[in-house]
Amino acid sequence: MIEIKDLSKRYGNFQALDQISLNIEAGTVFGFVGPNGAGKSTTMSILATLLLPDSGIAKVSGFDVTRHPKEVRRRIGYMPDFFGVYDQFKTDEYLHFYGASYGIARAEREQLIPQLLELVNLSDKKDAYVDGLSRGMKQRLCLARSLVHDPEVLILDEPASGLDPRARIEMREILKELKRMGKTIIISSHILPELAEMVDQIGVIEHGRMVAQGKVSDIQSRMRVNRVLHIRTMSRQDELAEKLQDEPYVSRVLSDANGIQVHFSGQDAEQMQLLRRILDWEYEVVSFNEAQTNLEDVFLEITKGGAAI
Amino acid sequence: MKMKTKFGGGSNLWINPVLDKEFRLRMRTPRSFVALLSYILILGLLAIGFIYVTLGLQDQQSGMRFDPSVSRSLFYVLSIAQLVLIAFMTPALTAGVISGEREKQTLNILLTTQQSSTAIVLSKLVSSLAFMMLVVLATLPIYSIVFLYGGISPSQLIQVFLFYIFTMLLLGSIGIMCSTLFKRTIVSVITTYGISLVIFLITGIVYLLLLRVVQQSYYSVAIPPTYSWIGFILGLNPAGALISIFEPTLSSQAFLMTNMNAQNQAPISLWLEFVLVYSVLIIVALWIAIRRIRPVRRKSKNRSSKSNHPVNPSTSTQSDVAEMTPNPPEKS
Repeated sequence: MIEIKDLSKRYGNFQALDQISLNIEAGTVFGFVGPNGAGKSTTMSILATLLLPDSGIAKVSGFDVTRHPKEVRRRIGYMPDFFGVYDQFKTDEYLHFYGASYGIARAEREQLIPQLLELVNLSDKKDAYVDGLSRGMKQRLCLARSLVHDPEVLILDEPASGLDPRARIEMREILKELKRMGKTIIISSHILPELAEMVDQIGVIEHGRMVAQGKVSDIQSRMRVNRVLHIRTMSRQDELAEKLQDEPYVSRVLSDANGIQVHFSGQDAEQMQLLRRILDWEYEVVSFNEAQTNLEDVFLEITKGGAAI
Repeated sequence: MKMKTKFGGGSNLWINPVLDKEFRLRMRTPRSFVALLSYILILGLLAIGFIYVTLGLQDQQSGMRFDPSVSRSLFYVLSIAQLVLIAFMTPALTAGVISGEREKQTLNILLTTQQSSTAIVLSKLVSSLAFMMLVVLATLPIYSIVFLYGGISPSQLIQVFLFYIFTMLLLGSIGIMCSTLFKRTIVSVITTYGISLVIFLITGIVYLLLLRVVQQSYYSVAIPPTYSWIGFILGLNPAGALISIFEPTLSSQAFLMTNMNAQNQAPISLWLEFVLVYSVLIIVALWIAIRRIRPVRRKSKNRSSKSNHPVNPSTSTQSDVAEMTPNPPEKS
């Protein structure tokens, strides 16, 4: 569905993209991970036909973004990381305008727009001026806007930036719905950790280069991301924390009111032995569990030591 | 009922969505009404002031009289004042239409729709000019004062209004071109006013200077030539062109024709020269705007970067100009 090969882009002396390659199958949700300035937005802008690459090829559904931009535009829904809205529009007029801009006939739009507003939970704001919407609502409206021509591919650049937790969850639910609808989605987002379960593939980009790419689980194991163990005891927590620091595979121990956090580089067998030892020492363990390593950890691990963060 | 207020869409050839949006949103801001009101107020006050002053002057000489010749000069004054107002207002209306969307971060989204660059640029131009035309037509009641006293034919009035439309088109095209080329509205506005200044003022000043020089040289020769090329320069000036519509003899005078008769016509009417020369400029400006609103493909650039030059000069030189960088790559 999306094919990127040796894509490079330079702004003056700044190499924004350095020969990145990428393949995304239809129906895949692809998470784009990387620090600010790594080249995520640049890649997405090129896919959205807003920016020309210096070299390399980018194709959407087989159409080259530089040769057949109009065909590409028909197939993509793009949501930039920063966007404005025409404040004097009402919500449904806003969608009507973009629908018309894609050449959708009015009768069809009359049917479509209530559905889109329903999808993004803005039905009750149909007659509200865009100006008066909250940030989360504007974000969802923009998402609805990017769906107006029923694109195959969604390019969402930080769709949840600046949203409060509640709004993020709403956004996540909408994205899940879109995934169910079979859209191919490229997403770069702060809420990637929360999205972990719906992202099929991730690409980690740094300094314009693709550092890692593949399934989330593959990358996690390949990057040998430390496990984080949570231990809660009835008593003598600090004492245990001190003891744990000398244990093998333990890289870092944090102890606070919530319990002990142990950064652990061992595998299942070593983890089991650690638990056995703790019990042998007769600590009153209430819980001993492995925290879900998420994309954020992967990201931090991969980009560790990079000056970009 | 409500259906009618929603965008015409693909089926409507005349009102495309961008134009519809521009019309709609422009009239939803109070600024448009304030602009319209102040424009009419300025011109109206000018007309009343002119009548007041001329009547006052005549009072001392030949009693209260406002005859056709005076009303003709009122027409000239109004027309020139209107031209000056148009020169001030058109750049303000057009020089921000593209860069404004860029600054509001709505341009990117618009550019990913199916609207062509031509549709976007021309819709923006047409909507701005439509508003300007509304403003200018709203001044017609002031012109009716002139018709009350006579001295001006309706055809002259129509010619003058057509000339205004052309001038708006000229300044509007330049405004849109600047708006496309420069990332920031303020730079675009200043540049557009700069170019307008050259067209409106510098051409006139250059003409007057050259006129002085040429006339001086006439005294040093026995038989002065019957024609001078400097008329072409006055033809580049909107005021010169406008006056040549009221007073066709100005064209001959501008070219310093010494003995005026039927055989000795000016090579070209000033207003005709104005229209011809600036039509080319309008087309060029719009062509640049349409071409540059989206990223431009430079073949040489692609080639040079394929050979992996460490620094690509053709890209770095463009950095000052809006090269469709949606936002600088990413903020930190």
